[in-house]
Amino acid sequence: MTDMSNSTTPQNSLLRQDARTIRRNRAETRFKAYGVAAISVGLLMLVILLVTIIGRGAGAFQQTFLTLDVQLLEAKLDKKGNRDLEDIKKVSTFGYAPLMAAALEKKVAQSDVESDLKPKEMAALLSKDAAAQLRDFVLANPDLIGTSVEFRFLTNSRVDGYMKGRVTRASIANDKSINAEQLDLVDALIKDGALEKRFNLAFITGADASDARPEAAGMGVSMIGSLFMMLVVLALALPIGVAASIYLEEFAPKNWITDIIEVNISNLAAVPSIVFGILGLAVFINYMHLPNSAPLVGGLVLTLMTLPTIIISTRASLKSVPPSIRDAALGVGASKMQSVFHHVLPLAAPGILTGTIIGLAQALGETAPLLLIGMVGFIASNAPDGIASGLMDPNSAMPAQIYEWAKRADPAFYERAWGGIIILLVFLITMNAIAVMLRRRFERRW
Amino acid sequence: MSNLLNVAPTTLLVLVILLLAVFAFVSARSRAMSLAGGDARKLHSLPNYYGYNAAMLTAIPALFVLAIWLLIQPMLVQNAVIEMIPQAAISEGSSVNLVMSDVRRVADGLDGAVQTGALTVDAAKNLTAADDVRSILAGTGVALGSDVGADVLAAAQRYRGLQSTGQWLMIAVVMVIAIGGLAVALMATTPTFRARNMVERFVLALLILAASLAILTTVGIVFSMLFESINFFKLHPWQDFFLGSKWAPNFRGDSDLSILPLLWGTIYISIIALLVAVPIGLFAAIYLSEYANSKVRAFAKPLLEILAGIPTIVYGLFALLTVGPFLVRLFGRGEDGILGLDWMTGATSVLTAGLVMGIMLIPFVSSLSDDIINAVPQSLRDGSFGLGATHSETIRQVVLPAALPGIVGAILLAASRAIGETMIVVLGAGAIARISPNPLEAMTTITTRIVSQLTGDTDFASPETLVAFALGLTLFVLTLGLNVLALYIVRKYREQYE
Amino acid sequence: MKDNIISEMDVTTDKIKISARNVQVYYGENRAIKDVSVEIQDKTVTAFIGPSGCGKSTFLRCINRMNDTIDICRVEGDILIDGEDIYDSSVDPVQLRAKVGMVFQKPNPFPKSIYDNVAYGPRIHGLSRNKSELDDIVERALKRAAIWNEVKDRLQAPGTGLSGGQQQRLCIARAIATEPEVLLMDEPCSALDPIATAQVEELIDELRQDYSVVIVTHSMQQAARVSQKTAFFHLGNLVEYGATDKIFTSPEDPRTESYITGRIG
Repeated sequence: MTDMSNSTTPQNSLLRQDARTIRRNRAETRFKAYGVAAISVGLLMLVILLVTIIGRGAGAFQQTFLTLDVQLLEAKLDKKGNRDLEDIKKVSTFGYAPLMAAALEKKVAQSDVESDLKPKEMAALLSKDAAAQLRDFVLANPDLIGTSVEFRFLTNSRVDGYMKGRVTRASIANDKSINAEQLDLVDALIKDGALEKRFNLAFITGADASDARPEAAGMGVSMIGSLFMMLVVLALALPIGVAASIYLEEFAPKNWITDIIEVNISNLAAVPSIVFGILGLAVFINYMHLPNSAPLVGGLVLTLMTLPTIIISTRASLKSVPPSIRDAALGVGASKMQSVFHHVLPLAAPGILTGTIIGLAQALGETAPLLLIGMVGFIASNAPDGIASGLMDPNSAMPAQIYEWAKRADPAFYERAWGGIIILLVFLITMNAIAVMLRRRFERRW
Repeated sequence: MSNLLNVAPTTLLVLVILLLAVFAFVSARSRAMSLAGGDARKLHSLPNYYGYNAAMLTAIPALFVLAIWLLIQPMLVQNAVIEMIPQAAISEGSSVNLVMSDVRRVADGLDGAVQTGALTVDAAKNLTAADDVRSILAGTGVALGSDVGADVLAAAQRYRGLQSTGQWLMIAVVMVIAIGGLAVALMATTPTFRARNMVERFVLALLILAASLAILTTVGIVFSMLFESINFFKLHPWQDFFLGSKWAPNFRGDSDLSILPLLWGTIYISIIALLVAVPIGLFAAIYLSEYANSKVRAFAKPLLEILAGIPTIVYGLFALLTVGPFLVRLFGRGEDGILGLDWMTGATSVLTAGLVMGIMLIPFVSSLSDDIINAVPQSLRDGSFGLGATHSETIRQVVLPAALPGIVGAILLAASRAIGETMIVVLGAGAIARISPNPLEAMTTITTRIVSQLTGDTDFASPETLVAFALGLTLFVLTLGLNVLALYIVRKYREQYE
Repeated sequence: MKDNIISEMDVTTDKIKISARNVQVYYGENRAIKDVSVEIQDKTVTAFIGPSGCGKSTFLRCINRMNDTIDICRVEGDILIDGEDIYDSSVDPVQLRAKVGMVFQKPNPFPKSIYDNVAYGPRIHGLSRNKSELDDIVERALKRAAIWNEVKDRLQAPGTGLSGGQQQRLCIARAIATEPEVLLMDEPCSALDPIATAQVEELIDELRQDYSVVIVTHSMQQAARVSQKTAFFHLGNLVEYGATDKIFTSPEDPRTESYITGRIG
């Protein structure tokens, strides 16, 4: 405490901070710093996460292609020479492999590269999917048989990894799939301009591929699987959720049954998603014998999981419609039901829609229940050809496909898993952005 | 596959009922109008309500009966057929359920064969065990594990017979109900009939039905797990499940299936996750609600909440491929590592999963705490400031104690999320069940074992598969308990300040 | 202002405790207090009256810088306590508020025990060296606030369990436990029933012996009952300030007269 000097200066002047106040202010600064630190750590994690995803996943959208001039020899591909598609189809991918090998050999000869690789080793640079690629191309353009075409082949994932820096000369010491001479040839082909990285549309539109062909795997089919699941969720969860909310918010009497329903809903919202997967397996697959791995079952499970979310947000938007609107409708002789369906529901619609989109986004990213109903562990290779097949045929879903790739323990598939995450996040961000826009656009203050 | 074919007649039936409903709408509406002499004012309700009433009476009871029928028929058929399987047909190491699933596959396969034209209807009916049923079915895409015995074939034929009888009966009953409903509705359509009240009562019933789906879901969850858990405890001693010390499933039988090592892994990981998420989330919430100005709040809050919107598979991959390898570089690799330690070998560990789960839970804790801190009345802060307390003293000694019940509730909710989280632990925690205090070792959790026991080829008659349901039930009870407690605390807390 | 007529209610001293000069308060663009200058005496009860929204509470909250907690609020002009400018950059509001206590409109006991409520201020300001000193401070404050007899047997019971009037007296005890020199009261009786109000008013009159008390009130009767000086605020202006009897019997400004006679308000 300060000593008193004269009568005009008060005993403990406000203009001087005493030791205790200084100490307390330091504690204040420290405490505030903890808060800043906590926020910074949270944001830093977000940044690290996003940087990791983009850094590791962006590569999946580019793929290394080798451009070669291929002689589509009539003698090999269409022995009868009548261009009958049925006959051409009889030539399997084995029939195409020699054409590719020849084209590659020619390329190597032209670009004056010294290489003592055997033709087979050279051909190993190409993807195992390359022959199928060429076959599909020929089947689509049978007229080109007999001519020479310039064709871009997918390369092996090791070559792709070398182009992207994932595979280095140091890292291939124990790798049976590729050796140093092959990389010499790759270097030469890069110099020649035949080997280059390009945007890979097939990653977005294509189907999954087997373990040995990561370079050919894509997200397309699983995207369709997710789409069908979301359709099921939308078609079921929205009407049921809105109906349940209307009942609970507008009609339900205050009694113990209503209480039980309400407690039930808030608890269901917090039940682990895997439990819904067990429910789906037990009820939809084991009991009702719906097909395994079908988007219909996935959609049903996700519907049950999303319902509480939709009910909670729908009730909130119904609650925000002021009672005066209901009174006004009742006042002109509308029934309670009419006042709800004609007035309250349309006014609450934007809020309901926003909640539904957020619920859908949640369902789109959910993985655990899908594992139990069998949407992983196989190669989702065929796009469905119609609504019934889309709902009932085995398929994967985006997050399940990502999990599947993550399990395959191959850096080339890891890259695709990260790339798949980018696609998934683009969907989620779009959906959330739409929800935010809807909210901003239609937000009404009463 | 074959279920698709079974579904087809049902789909057709539904379509017919819907068409009937449309017809009912149109005819009831016009009947009402004509009875009123074309003057809608003479009707009790708007003409459309007469239409809706008729359509609902036609479609809804019929569809309701159809749904119930579809649920119950498989059970009845199954019970009838199971009695036919003699004890002798159940071979060593098998069970009645396994034989039953064979019966179903044969029956479905035969239906499929008839559908695709591989067999005629009569040929399918007259098959005997002497015919090579297995290869016939293989031709239609149904692969069987063994040759079809006479008992199984007979059971399958009976199964088919009951199924098709049931189906025809169902079609007949449902159609009668639909047409009956239509007739009743048309007869009731008179100008004085209170159609609107009828329709509204119907709609209300539908709304109640929708609301009770929540209860149905819970009941479904409990029963689906309860029945299979009971089956599990018939095959496996409960003492081992709850009190044993080892988890070592062995598909040849004689497994050790104790939940304790899994529970240990689950709780250990959850504790690490909460140790990360609670301080960071709580301090972030305190800063955002007490210190930050509106600009910082508008910027930082949505960004933090992005962390909550990221799917868990992303966190799982992040744990497996980024955090795990980083931790190995930090704590492992001996001389080559950053710290020169050799404590950690694999990327999957309790710490890996716990850290990443903690990151995931930060926004969960922070937004819940934010709400709760904001609910503390401003008058308490004013009271404290008025006495000359600094902001941090006010927060620590007045705001936080006042918010404590709510924050405890939030932490319990976060704990329940952590216990039930699946993808992060599936990818980040490892698969080795053990009780060890070392956070750098791989351990496993309840959720990962549920996934691994229920994916791939599963045999729903072995304890190794059924244990997943017992695990699921334990998980459900555990999280439900936490949720109920947390919601109760939070609700009490809210009431205190309302 | 001519307020040097000392009323017969003995104002023990005319030492100036608080002196405000040309104070302006802005909420964002909105000017809530317009050029207010006033001098408040020590050991006196000064009442601020006026219609709601006139700025009396805002001005009160300037005296212990409670407005600092509101982001958009800005104060111009000087407020001196014992000759020191409280808006000086070297003044710590924390230290200031220890010296200028405040009691709020709604009783706001902390959700803690009665004892901890009162001990809160002394604890954070380090006014006691040990437990028995703290016990003394708490007892003294509770006695001073005339609530000791009602709560002495249940000091560990939660403060929120008391009745409204008891809660408000507890809040007053909490404020005086930090040994302030000025006590600000923002409509302290507006949430209380008449009997509790009477008890609190009696207490305020007692507190005058030791503190300079500034009370904002809605009720003119209350101002007349408890205060020696009254300031009338209207639309952010200090319209009239003087001895309470004079304001109520012969106001100079027509606006004051209208308010007192009930024509505006």
